[in-house]
Amino acid sequence: MAFDRRSLLKGMATASAAAVASASPVKAARERKVVPEDARGMLYDTTLCIGCKACVRACKEANDLPADTRTPGMEIFDAPTDLNDYTKNIIKLYSEGDRRSYVKRQCMQCVDPACVGACMIGAFRKEKFGIITWDRDRCIGCRYCQMACPFGIPKFEWSSLNPDIVKCEYCRQREGDKKWEPACCEVCPREAVIAGTYEELLAEAKRRLAEHPDRYEPKIYGEKDLGGTQVLYLSHVPFEKLGFKFDSEEPVPEMQQTIQHGIYQGFIAPAALYAGLGVVLWRNRRKDGAEGEEGEA
Amino acid sequence: MSDRAEAVGGPILTKATRWILWIGIVGIALILWRFGVGLGRSTGLNDGYAWGLWISFDVVTGTALGCGGFAMALLVYIFNKGKYHPLVRPAILTSALGYSMAGLAIAIDVGRPWHVWRIPLGGFPDMGKYNWNSALLEVALCVMAYIIVLWIELSPAFFEKWKDSPKEGLANFSRKAYGIVNKSLIWIIALGVLLPTMHQSSLGALMLLSGPRLHNLWNSPFAPLLFLISCIAMGYAVVVMESALASRFFNRPSHTSMLASIGKVAAYIIWGYLVLRLVDLVLRGRLGLMFQFNVYSLMFWIEIICFAVPAVMLMNAKKRQDLGYLFRAAMMLVLAGTLYRFDTYLVAFMPGENFSYFPTVPEIFVTIGIVAIEIMLYVALVTIFPILAGRPTTAEAH
Repeated sequence: MAFDRRSLLKGMATASAAAVASASPVKAARERKVVPEDARGMLYDTTLCIGCKACVRACKEANDLPADTRTPGMEIFDAPTDLNDYTKNIIKLYSEGDRRSYVKRQCMQCVDPACVGACMIGAFRKEKFGIITWDRDRCIGCRYCQMACPFGIPKFEWSSLNPDIVKCEYCRQREGDKKWEPACCEVCPREAVIAGTYEELLAEAKRRLAEHPDRYEPKIYGEKDLGGTQVLYLSHVPFEKLGFKFDSEEPVPEMQQTIQHGIYQGFIAPAALYAGLGVVLWRNRRKDGAEGEEGEA
Repeated sequence: MSDRAEAVGGPILTKATRWILWIGIVGIALILWRFGVGLGRSTGLNDGYAWGLWISFDVVTGTALGCGGFAMALLVYIFNKGKYHPLVRPAILTSALGYSMAGLAIAIDVGRPWHVWRIPLGGFPDMGKYNWNSALLEVALCVMAYIIVLWIELSPAFFEKWKDSPKEGLANFSRKAYGIVNKSLIWIIALGVLLPTMHQSSLGALMLLSGPRLHNLWNSPFAPLLFLISCIAMGYAVVVMESALASRFFNRPSHTSMLASIGKVAAYIIWGYLVLRLVDLVLRGRLGLMFQFNVYSLMFWIEIICFAVPAVMLMNAKKRQDLGYLFRAAMMLVLAGTLYRFDTYLVAFMPGENFSYFPTVPEIFVTIGIVAIEIMLYVALVTIFPILAGRPTTAEAH
């Protein structure tokens, strides 16, 4: 078999359009997102948390979530082992020798959320106050959000025949209440978790860190990590021990969206490729008509 | 040797296909059961591994195996190698079936398949709410469109049969439709090349959104290009396998010299893939990850070797004239591409130590059942419609 050079080049030209498109945009960086002006968030401080789980209880009540009695041997307790389809907020314990710490987990309300980037028809959106919301009517149940979220927050109702995604939405149903704050923050007896505007909370976290540098790890988790989150953490044990494994400042969707935007910018590359293919096909057909099947058969 | 496509004829149900039919029926029963009990009970999926066998095999690998039509269209229509024309129609058929079954698998895998109509309609009534950032949206739209394109590309095979139908209405319709399809064929074929170029590369981009939870041997900005290149090679491999099997089971002439040439094309493509894979690791400074002795480097090497073996095998101009040799190389290449996709979607994905995934028996049987349905439909369609090229040869001794 021999490809004659002309047809090879011709084909290569069209085929490589896609190749160039998918490789080149990696250099053209996508703009970093900033915290929205009206952003609200939470500040959690491990040194204050006593692990009473009042927040877990309050969250279930505020969000109408059933008790999780599925844990083997714990059937008489509401004892979820992790965030799950019954649990949008949880207190976990880290313990290693003398060192121990509680840690509260819930949606981090990312500045540049991977779940929102994943969701096909916008069931996940970053809405007012920078809160990430989920819309039942738009969800197909594809679970790409679960594959994308670096914190493993969205949970799926695996046992349901019409499954929802379950995740903390900052008690947005209570918005408009006189003193609106998420149930977990409202109920915390030690103010280990507090709600407020992002600005207030960041200032408060910085103040605590400056006042007691001996008490904390020298870092506010969420200030910059993975592009920043509206929920901020102060801790007396390394954040990695609490399950915060990633401290890169690169937002999760950055690489993928840089590539996708590069390829599909204004839909020019696909349109050009389509036109190019059409031209090649048309010329090939005309040539065939004129001189019969080309190439050495 | 005649290269005109002709229906195979004869009975669809034989001893062998009856077995395959039963496997397909078991699969369908299990699919119904999945909708009765939910995904939690029927699959091994969990909040960590939200995607499992059905996505990595049926959808991601299944569509790549369905790239025979795409790969042959590139060769025959874009590179204008008309002599391979007899291989096009069966390739389009395997693609149409592969993609349709992948579509079925998606419908089984998602939690609310009755909302799927929202994808083409953008979540009607708020049409503007498409998330154009989503690689999955791009894949979903392209795959939906491509399934339609593939069946249109195949439709001349149906019309050729129906235009001689005794039913006058059907015959008239077929003659008219045949003309319309034939006239617009250029733009349909162009779509048939454009759409897989788009969504096969997007399938590579999909998992990049797992970001830090995707192992760095696979978390590459070149993944879209690697997926695209490898799916074309897999397409050729599938054409080789399909053609070899069809010639054996339906006593058709085997187009061995043609298949050997295609094998050579595939070999060049794999070499390109392997070079790019290496260049990528060098550019990202991740070469060292290959030599950490863990499950990831092990899987990486198995994958690379599975690509390299057919790449070397298919370069041998003499040996690849042997259909059996060609078949083995193609099978290896299909395995390599499958591994690359499993590695990207399952092995390299690290949701945390608390989670593990292994498909359940019903999950596996759904996958096997879907493949069985695919084979049944292939047999039925080539029996009834003019798809395979050439008349039966006299039975050869094997």
